[in-house]
Amino acid sequence: MMPVYAKTSKARLRSMGARQVTAEATTKRMAWVTQVAAVRDRQDKAAFAELFAYFAPRVKSFLMKSGASPDVAEECAQEVMVTLWNKAHLFDPSKASVSTWIFTIARNRRIDILRKQKRPEPEDLPWGPEAEPDQADAMGLQQETEQLGEALAALPAEQRKLIERAYFGELSHSEIAAETGLPLGTIKSRIRLALERLRHTMK
Amino acid sequence: MTMNKIKHHLTDALLMGYAAGTLPEAFNLVVATHISMCDTCRAALAGYDAVGGEVMLDSDPVSMAEDALATAMSRISATRHVKPAKPKQVASIFPEPLRDYAGGDLDKVKWRRVGGGVSQMVLNTDGGASVRLLRIPAGTAVPDHGHRGLELTLVLQGAFVDETDRFGTGDIEIANEDLNHTPVAEAGMDCICLAATDAPLRFNGFMPRLAQRFIGI
Repeated sequence: MMPVYAKTSKARLRSMGARQVTAEATTKRMAWVTQVAAVRDRQDKAAFAELFAYFAPRVKSFLMKSGASPDVAEECAQEVMVTLWNKAHLFDPSKASVSTWIFTIARNRRIDILRKQKRPEPEDLPWGPEAEPDQADAMGLQQETEQLGEALAALPAEQRKLIERAYFGELSHSEIAAETGLPLGTIKSRIRLALERLRHTMK
Repeated sequence: MTMNKIKHHLTDALLMGYAAGTLPEAFNLVVATHISMCDTCRAALAGYDAVGGEVMLDSDPVSMAEDALATAMSRISATRHVKPAKPKQVASIFPEPLRDYAGGDLDKVKWRRVGGGVSQMVLNTDGGASVRLLRIPAGTAVPDHGHRGLELTLVLQGAFVDETDRFGTGDIEIANEDLNHTPVAEAGMDCICLAATDAPLRFNGFMPRLAQRFIGI
């Protein structure tokens, strides 16, 4: 029994280390959620400044990698952050991480500016009676998104490169191979359940 | 809207392309319309959007101009955030993204006959693919045709059957070069579809080829 136990214990320690990292990063993600809520509820400029400092340079980088000039990317990143301020009331942390939400805003700006096209979006879901999302749901989704990010970082370089190229818009739809090797299942099933609940309450 | 009965879904490649923002506008419209009808694909899209967010987070930050925050603050609207009103639940056959392009619901469609009893309305989109609404009278077959590119056909009302399977309301058929098929609308109700393609359809046989000239595809 003893050696087995010792081995298990070592593995457990290692995985606890990984869990520790995830836990801290999830706390950071929950802090972004709180900052967006502060913008929404109190027009909190300090919270906005923190979001701006972290996300604007990453949005700018993403847009430049997607083919925008530095000037256009700068302008566009500002617009994305202004949109975050104006639409803070539409953000739902039980359905998306702040990073996911900002990405979708940036992506839509990119389609608008670089391709000069309209982007049809799915119909909004009818709001359920409980518009205020459950804290545990929000926490769960933030954690799963964090794990997705960690899995992306851990992919073999070539595979990660291919996924990045797809999102930077370098691959056409026929070139996209959607075998990402990423754990998307947990996020999908969480959202699927949330939608089922919503549909149920609508009946 | 009919839920839970959808059997034929979007592919992962299309969901990822839609999340990445690289599909032609015509395909985006079909994807957005299907997702409006399908919670399974809506949830899957959330996963692919999340991947995009993580790719963006992982990009090496590029410094913003020194006055960037101040400029952004000056552009922020002074309006308070108001929870949007509950969207009106309209009983419609077309989900909202499609109504935007068609100019309203099914009753607003300006059909043009293209032969064989089939009617269509081409919707206006940009960029290398085209999309149209099709009305196939109950019990009618669309001429046997192959595809040069990728063709997405989403059923909005009724159903059609082809060599591969039955496609009911909300189902999407994804066809490429390998598929040569003769879709037949089920009896009982006209079949209304939203069909997008990134290449002209190729009909087999002389008369259909003539029809193709009228269809303009």
